[in-house]
Amino acid sequence: MKRFLSLILLLTVWLAGCALAPMGAATTAPEARTLNVFAAASLTDAFTEIGESFQAAHPGVTVTFNFAGSQALRTQIEEGAPADVFASANQTEMDALVTNAHVAEGTPQVFLHNKLVVILPADNPAALENLESLSTSGIKLVLAAEEVPVGRYTREALDLMNGPFGSDFKDKVLANVVSNEDNVRQVLAKVQLGEADAGIVYTSDAVAAPELQTIEIPVDLNVIASYPIAPLVESANADLATAFVEYVLSPDGQATLEKWGFAPPE
Amino acid sequence: MNRFIRDRHLIWVFIAPSAILFALFALPFFALFERSIASDFFNYVFSEQALKALRLSLVTSTITTGVTIIFGTPFAYLLARWRFRFKSWLELMIDLPIVLPPSVAGLALLIAFGRRGLFGSTLNIIGISLPFTTAAVVLAQTFVAAPLYLRSARAGFAEVDKQLEEAAQVEGANQWQLFQEVMFPLAGRALLSGAILTWTRALGEFGATILFAGNLEGITQTMPMAIYLGFESELGIAIALSVMLVGVSALLLGIIRKLEKDEDR
Repeated sequence: MKRFLSLILLLTVWLAGCALAPMGAATTAPEARTLNVFAAASLTDAFTEIGESFQAAHPGVTVTFNFAGSQALRTQIEEGAPADVFASANQTEMDALVTNAHVAEGTPQVFLHNKLVVILPADNPAALENLESLSTSGIKLVLAAEEVPVGRYTREALDLMNGPFGSDFKDKVLANVVSNEDNVRQVLAKVQLGEADAGIVYTSDAVAAPELQTIEIPVDLNVIASYPIAPLVESANADLATAFVEYVLSPDGQATLEKWGFAPPE
Repeated sequence: MNRFIRDRHLIWVFIAPSAILFALFALPFFALFERSIASDFFNYVFSEQALKALRLSLVTSTITTGVTIIFGTPFAYLLARWRFRFKSWLELMIDLPIVLPPSVAGLALLIAFGRRGLFGSTLNIIGISLPFTTAAVVLAQTFVAAPLYLRSARAGFAEVDKQLEEAAQVEGANQWQLFQEVMFPLAGRALLSGAILTWTRALGEFGATILFAGNLEGITQTMPMAIYLGFESELGIAIALSVMLVGVSALLLGIIRKLEKDEDR
């Protein structure tokens, strides 16, 4: 028992040493640095790739991502999480950080546009043919929750659809909702698993799951999301943070974003 | 004990680490309460969304506890009294949900009982679809929380004095009478504290529920889910609901403590 306990103790000390090692290295070798990027969940694939290219171009730099709902990220930043760059899926959260001085005024830049699309499982179990069939009573629809940006855009788009499809279209569609997921990737997962008959996500999410069927939403009924990005005032790596933002806006960065289904800002 | 107290310099060896660990437990709760003192606290607590979530949480966790008692008591009795082959494997499997991350539990449930799941697809043919229903919430909670009851009840039954059992059999009690008149009353406290542990665990269940049951107000949106979504939109509502949940959980745990104390006496 005593021997077992001392073994656990040794292991703990060793692991703690390993966990703290990068911090120690940062003080002795200034070129080994970590850049913390807080990015909206919908950017997961594209930013992971951009992060790899950025690391390749900046030896010694490690880019660490925190992907989550934009609101959650904003709250984390306000509560003092060590972020260097913030990429939001909507203007509201960025504006809030500008207001309470976590982001310098005038620094946020729109780096991409994203629009909504309807996704269906590969075998389309509810046999949905077009946008209007989303109001078919009894289908299982999964949306993002109203609390997250994509969920809000979805409801705005449904408002627009009330025009051509009748004033009760939105209500009928919302009556089919079986779950309001806390982030857009959960909506995608539920449709991929075939648990839902349909879901509404960003076009960029649909690109990540090519096996799914899609129903396009015409531009006049769609809601275009603008994503702003900015370095944070508290960043300990201001130069790197700025370089990362510039890379995202560069032709290279934009090409990667387009590859993952995003549209460039006009 | 007295010796420790006389060795003044030595007692700090025990106090210092204890204080650090205790601070880790206490400080977050303190911060939560401190932040919740705001004028709109009661508006959040009595908002329609909060009340619906609280009601659903109480209803589902109570059903979960009931289901667990009905199916878990005979199971625990079986495990405590009989030996059979592969019993230790069976027990390991029952304990697994306690240590697994709830997300694993949710995914496993979805793959097993989802519409396209291994067994769910059969259920679907006879018209039963579990995901996104209140039943799915109960199922997820039971999967995660029932093992706590089984553990406690099994230990309770095992602790009953063998002599009492033999005496009852000498008196001519059959298996059912033995259970009903000797084992059940004597293990009663263990069963009760197990049931309350299961109840509190079910009340706090989040990971398995959000994956398997989804999130819809009044149907599958329990307190922990409303707290998580509050984090996405309005921190005030998340804090208010958290304080409520801490209060309810503390109350239930307090009841367990009381029961355990009575037993010691």
